[in-house]
Amino acid sequence: MDENKYLEDIGQIKDLMNRSSRFLSLSGLSGIMAGLYALSGAAVTYLFLLPQPGSYITLHSWNFKLIIAILLAVAALSIVTAYLLSAKKAKKNNEKLWDGTTKRLLISFLIPLVTGGIYILIKLTSQHYGLTGSLMLIFYGLALVNASKYTLGNIQYLGFAEIALGLMCAALPGYGFWFWVLGFGVLHIVYGAFMYLKEQKR
Amino acid sequence: MGLIDGINKLFDHRIRLGIMSILMVNEHVDFNRFKELLEVTDGNLASHTKTLENANYILVEKSFIGRKPNTKYRITKAGRTAFSKHIEALEHIIKQQK
Repeated sequence: MDENKYLEDIGQIKDLMNRSSRFLSLSGLSGIMAGLYALSGAAVTYLFLLPQPGSYITLHSWNFKLIIAILLAVAALSIVTAYLLSAKKAKKNNEKLWDGTTKRLLISFLIPLVTGGIYILIKLTSQHYGLTGSLMLIFYGLALVNASKYTLGNIQYLGFAEIALGLMCAALPGYGFWFWVLGFGVLHIVYGAFMYLKEQKR
Repeated sequence: MGLIDGINKLFDHRIRLGIMSILMVNEHVDFNRFKELLEVTDGNLASHTKTLENANYILVEKSFIGRKPNTKYRITKAGRTAFSKHIEALEHIIKQQK
């Protein structure tokens, strides 16, 4: 009997199922790096930019603009790192980085994220600063959960954790900054390290 | 039970096996996506999708995106059942070998 052919068939089925539906697995390293960027951004913000007790931050103040710039820089650095590491991995595995799955992954990731971003901007322009941290965590978590069906690994659990943190943050006003540090810094590093160890074992 | 009971002759071909594997995990897939994943020519792919369509294992939906024709495929319930049985049979055979 041609048992090798059947083994090959099974292998091909698995391979095609993986490649066609969920080929992109963000490497653990990109998670760790994203967490480190977030922590450094938060450290700079905490040391130099947070308003002194008694004063408050306004939309047009210089430190508000700098905080926004830091946020954008953290996001951009994380995205570039994730892109470079994924491109490298795709090349190594002889896969195309940009195909139907990646496109759908990006779209399902961006819908909640952009919605949240616009919502936060609207709230900021009407002077509702208080919930920004919580909203960022919640919408980011939703984006992760939504995109997870096109990725390998356990990224939806990171999403659930971010959503849970966001909700806790909403219930404890005044700690937005610390929840942000926990969600975007610590969680990314923990998740990234976990994934990294798993990758090394393989 | 014979060893190759449950092996479906229709799936005993690389491209048809590939088409079914992809459709098991994707709601719908268009022609070009198949070409990209399976690395086959138009004519070759078309003849195999036809075979699977005639067996009622997949459904074909033709439409237009702008002026370009777009052909989408999805798996039928019968196709899903048949392919699951085929995978089970393959796994069964492999287990017997060990």
